[in-house]
Amino acid sequence: MTAAEWQLLWFTAWVSALSTILILPVGLSTAWLLARRDWPGKSIIETLVSLPLVMPPVATGLILLKVLGERGVVGGFFYRHFNVDIAFTWRGVLIALAVMSFPLLVRSTRVAFEQVNPRLEQIARTLGASNARVFWTITLPLASNGVIGGMLLAFARALGEFGATIMVAGYISGRTATLSTEIYHSFNNGEDSHAYRLLGLSVALAFLAVWSSELFMRRKNPAK
Amino acid sequence: MNLLLKKIILPLTDFPLEVDVEIQHQVTAIFGPSGAGKTSLLDLIAGLRRPKSAFIQLGERVLTDTAARASVPTRHRQIGYVPQDLSLFPHLSVQKNLLYGRKGNGAPDSLVSYEHVTQVLEIGPLADRRVANLSGGEKQRVALARALLASPAILLLDEPLASLDAALKSKIIPYLARIRDEFHLPMLYVTHDWNEVQALCTEALIMERGKILRREGVT
Repeated sequence: MTAAEWQLLWFTAWVSALSTILILPVGLSTAWLLARRDWPGKSIIETLVSLPLVMPPVATGLILLKVLGERGVVGGFFYRHFNVDIAFTWRGVLIALAVMSFPLLVRSTRVAFEQVNPRLEQIARTLGASNARVFWTITLPLASNGVIGGMLLAFARALGEFGATIMVAGYISGRTATLSTEIYHSFNNGEDSHAYRLLGLSVALAFLAVWSSELFMRRKNPAK
Repeated sequence: MNLLLKKIILPLTDFPLEVDVEIQHQVTAIFGPSGAGKTSLLDLIAGLRRPKSAFIQLGERVLTDTAARASVPTRHRQIGYVPQDLSLFPHLSVQKNLLYGRKGNGAPDSLVSYEHVTQVLEIGPLADRRVANLSGGEKQRVALARALLASPAILLLDEPLASLDAALKSKIIPYLARIRDEFHLPMLYVTHDWNEVQALCTEALIMERGKILRREGVT
């Protein structure tokens, strides 16, 4: 492994981890609302949340580019007011990874929340606990294995993201290149050994992330 | 105790729960077969279900008045609820289960002390144990103690002995009698075992298919 390859691995890993942390508050809230509440239009939100799973990643990337580019609603706002670019920077990579891994986090944690016996939450309320206290002291601890599993799955998804990333952030060596975009770029340029080394690394990382995710999800919580 | 359950209507799967009753005895049994709507009635009192119509008043406090669109949130009702499955928090130690209701419900702490409750129910030595490692009878007593320690204005006991065998039942009944006699708390005791009614209650409401058919004094 060369220094550049280590740097690439480091960048992909930390931006993937950061994207997972970034979506955690909204992801957990969405999953909890879907698991525990009924409201008008719930099925619309369920569908919207799952869209990035089934849409072509490049299509999602194109939408993001339109929103985050200098002329986009969000990208334009940040550029005008803070002189900050999002598209074709590491921030673009971060947002692409966050959007693409969001559905996996929500789906996994929703299942984890649904498996917590609602009677325990009700009895906690009779004991004087607020909704927030019930969530932090009962729901989340009892769903913790599923939540950690979901985070690892989202992290794994982010590690391998390609389509949306290439649209929003392009391939800029040392700035926006991730493991997957680098593999594509190297292979296209005939740098086969470099591409295969990165391929091996990707497989190992993905295996590790998915395997540990499965371990957590299968682990029994104290009781459901 | 003065518990008013007026104009209660709650649609259930097979029939509506329709109750209109005033309860004044300290320990009143709600007696009836499984599926009669007994647990649903307790859930309504605890604020865990929304009725179509209801006026529920405990002492001077109106807990639910659908006509006035008023409903005290569950956490402020000061209801000690021991459900049939006990619902002990499996990830917490016995002590943390017991102390869960000590903060947050606004009830004065001095109504019952931790030492007194654990002494009466003989669960002091269990404090550091995990819930999963308790016997059936121990779990029962921990659930009772947890409800008591939240300083409730009333105890709702939903078939607390249903899952125990006859031998264990006879061991737990004296503890329930001690709760009744030591803490002087009003209790609603759901059961389908007349022996439990006779051992603990002074009055029984006979319930079937969502309606209270009659009330009987117990001697």
